[in-house]
Amino acid sequence: MVENVLEVKDLTMHYTTRKGPVFAVDDVNFHVARGESVGLVGESGCGKTSIAISLLKLLPDNADIKKGQILLNGTDLIPLAEAEVRKYRWRRISMVFQAAMNAMNPVYTVEEQILEAMQQHLPDMSDAEMDEKVDALFRLVGLDPSFKDQYPHQYSGGMRQRAVIAMALSCDPDIILADEPTTALDVIVQDALLKRIRKIQGELNMAMIYISHDIAVIAEVSDRVGVMYAGRMAEMASTEAIFHYPIHPYTMGLMSAFPSIVGEKTALVTLPGEPPDLLNPPPGCRFNPRCPYATDICKEETPPFKDHENGHFAACWHPGGEK
Amino acid sequence: MTVQEDVLVNIEHLSKLFPVGAGVFSRSDTYVHAVSDLNLKIMSGESVGLVGESGCGKTTTGKLLTRLLDPTEGKIELNTYEGVVDIASLRGKNLKKFRQMVQMIFQDPYESMNPRLTIYDTIAEPMDVQGIGSITDREERVAELLETVGLAPAASFMFRYPHELSGGQRQRVAIARALVIAPIFVVADEPTSMLDVSVRTGVMNLMRELADRLSVTYLYITHDLAVARYMCDRIAVMYLGKIVEWAETEELLHHPQHPYTRALLSAVPVPDPTFEREPVEIKGGISKPVNPLPLCRFYERCPRADDFCKNNDHPPLEDKGAAHFVACYKV
Amino acid sequence: MTTQTKIVPIPLWRVRLKLFWKSLRSSWALFAENPVGLIGLGMIIFFGLFALAHPILMNTVWEPRVYHPTMGYDMEIAFHPSQPSARHLLGTDPLGRDVLSQLMYSTRYEFVLGILSAVVTVVIATTIGAVSAYYGGIVDTLLMRFVDLVIMVPFLPILIVMSSLIKIGMLELALVIGVLSGFGSTAIVVKSQALLVKVKPFIEAARIAGGGDFHIIFKHMLPNLLPIALLYMMFVVTGAIFSEAVLSFFGLTTIEMSWGLMINITQTQGYLMRFDTWFLLIPASLAITLLCAAFYLVGRALDEVVNPRLRRR
Repeated sequence: MVENVLEVKDLTMHYTTRKGPVFAVDDVNFHVARGESVGLVGESGCGKTSIAISLLKLLPDNADIKKGQILLNGTDLIPLAEAEVRKYRWRRISMVFQAAMNAMNPVYTVEEQILEAMQQHLPDMSDAEMDEKVDALFRLVGLDPSFKDQYPHQYSGGMRQRAVIAMALSCDPDIILADEPTTALDVIVQDALLKRIRKIQGELNMAMIYISHDIAVIAEVSDRVGVMYAGRMAEMASTEAIFHYPIHPYTMGLMSAFPSIVGEKTALVTLPGEPPDLLNPPPGCRFNPRCPYATDICKEETPPFKDHENGHFAACWHPGGEK
Repeated sequence: MTVQEDVLVNIEHLSKLFPVGAGVFSRSDTYVHAVSDLNLKIMSGESVGLVGESGCGKTTTGKLLTRLLDPTEGKIELNTYEGVVDIASLRGKNLKKFRQMVQMIFQDPYESMNPRLTIYDTIAEPMDVQGIGSITDREERVAELLETVGLAPAASFMFRYPHELSGGQRQRVAIARALVIAPIFVVADEPTSMLDVSVRTGVMNLMRELADRLSVTYLYITHDLAVARYMCDRIAVMYLGKIVEWAETEELLHHPQHPYTRALLSAVPVPDPTFEREPVEIKGGISKPVNPLPLCRFYERCPRADDFCKNNDHPPLEDKGAAHFVACYKV
Repeated sequence: MTTQTKIVPIPLWRVRLKLFWKSLRSSWALFAENPVGLIGLGMIIFFGLFALAHPILMNTVWEPRVYHPTMGYDMEIAFHPSQPSARHLLGTDPLGRDVLSQLMYSTRYEFVLGILSAVVTVVIATTIGAVSAYYGGIVDTLLMRFVDLVIMVPFLPILIVMSSLIKIGMLELALVIGVLSGFGSTAIVVKSQALLVKVKPFIEAARIAGGGDFHIIFKHMLPNLLPIALLYMMFVVTGAIFSEAVLSFFGLTTIEMSWGLMINITQTQGYLMRFDTWFLLIPASLAITLLCAAFYLVGRALDEVVNPRLRRR
């Protein structure tokens, strides 16, 4: 039985705004085992990035975790004070941010930025050891170590993304969160990076949460997939099950909304409407206004997120679309 | 030179060069060849896809076709009701008139509308600028278009502001604006790439439907081959300012011949975890076409290139059979 | 497929008016959130009423012979300046005129001066900023170098020199201040905003619709530049009132009555640094400070309306 690096239970997080609370994350449950890659997929506003910043407790001033547990190797991070959490951040759990350029300080060289994290968390390492480690990290992500003393703006987009991954790996975390790392990249660069990420994950037997709105990328990179909608987890199962046997109507709709270059050219099915405003989410199941199978119970009661069969979880009153 | 009956847009030897490092008082001799010697024929009523990665020149081509940029060289012949007109050399009043025939749909639904103008103003702008119709005529036309693009009832959308609409709705407004003065040719620059997935399909289906119903000819610029497959009858693949392959959609996707097209197709992730992609055969990273040397522009990255490719100019586009054009010596 | 669409029955101009009113109300709501802005606005309203009160008082309670701000003289009091009393709430100045009356009378000119300068500034700065940003190249270079020149040259000495060449009354002063500010840093601020607007896709969209330079500058750029120009207008008012005060203090203007002039009279008659004639100095100084502060506070609050990033969540 492989142990879980991360267990998230009933995680709820709200933003406080002038117009009222925004229910960004509601009762989210999932776990990530050692060496496993879990993909979180969903559209804008579904809560996937909110989950990521909650896991690292990098919340802005107006965000609050209302309830739940984030068990990292058994330790709950939520009640910990900032000073305590800092010991875990980067050392046990780290993150590759969206838009790599924003994650790097333009006035420091790439090497200096990687060293900064290492000096904080690995105080026992000697300078020589750290130097070697930086070189090793560069090679691991597919960068030439001789570029380490350059500045971020001198790198291309793909190279910067690799550098950010190197930074995230620098302290050998148990789990890494990657938030849309390839979104801004061209497809050929993206392909090389995805293959590299998979390779690194395999070599280091590292757990990973990969966040993206692109289901094709998620399909390639994940062992299990969680589909988020309007702040809640709609469905979670193995990658194959999600793609070939989805049971939540949103997942089903999502699958048929992606054009593909392989296979038969099929008509794309449109999901009517738009993702809901999280200031005033619909009552009951938040997908009910757009769901072709919605009935009264869907509009009144929130369906529980439960195991429908063999670890295939979904929150739906009519899984598979049956009435 | 006669132009065929069905050819709507005939592009010949289109080039755009940008000087690098010039100042107010100095000239530069380094140029970025964003678009080089582009040749393309677009038939009336068809949707043509222009596909490529960033820096390949597809957006620049779009801007040249709508004259947001002036071409350095070349002809763009538009087959209008009044005969064939070379857009590339138009000026002044003629340029303004041509604007009635070619319109554009932009990528960013948030920035392509003036936040201080109402939806009515945005859609009616082409009519306003070109002096078409009275106020009542315009209101009618705007209402008609709003209904056509699915924003009904029109009265409730006409006098709202862009920030009150969602991304998908805004893009529909963008489509309405592009079609308001009934152009014969529309350039769509990545119209769905900034939209949520579940919203994208609605907009794409709308565009296809309108293409059929109103016989609009599209040039669909995108980096997403899957979207291009869905939207386009024929696809042209661009690399560093040149078209390297050009064929009917299914033909291109199933029998790609140029090594770049093959690399591109094999790199696209597939939303099916059981699908094994072919390995991507390409070397090195993308570069900028600055003062390019007279050899095949794909030489540095091509897995099949040899000395012949290095010693000869960039290969011309040739018909390899069944209207499948490829620019490669090794095919 | 399209159903017969009803023509919107309300005429267009009325719709626009309604929308304008709605946007004004929401801007007000944002403005009112900030107590600073409300304080500033309150002070401006107070001064407005203060100015309006003067002609009313002159026509009712106050005898013009005694209370006229420039020509009044109170013969019933032996020595001028006289201390504040029931008759003269803020006393009389060395020339026997009621101080309160002078204060109230000047207020309207301060307003006129401030607002006139500000309007001139906004018109010039917005035009330069928009044209400079839109055309770029040699036009931009020339205009910006001229602006640099204007900024470099010290403001007050110019006014002092000018005052020796021409007679500077209220109108002339307002125009000069307006022109000098208009070609100053406000133009640069507007230009940088215009540069941001120029590259937005909706400008390209306007061009594709067939819009020429004129259409784009007037229909698209200016409406997006006015908020920031209006904001800076507030600061110009502050500067104008203050500059007038300084110039009048030095006696360089031909303005017949203003707060600065009140202080000038105080100084030339030798009553400046005396505690017992505080009423000659303090009210006028306070008025200048408070009115300038009022406009500045309003400007700060407007900043939050114009610049959404400054707003609290």
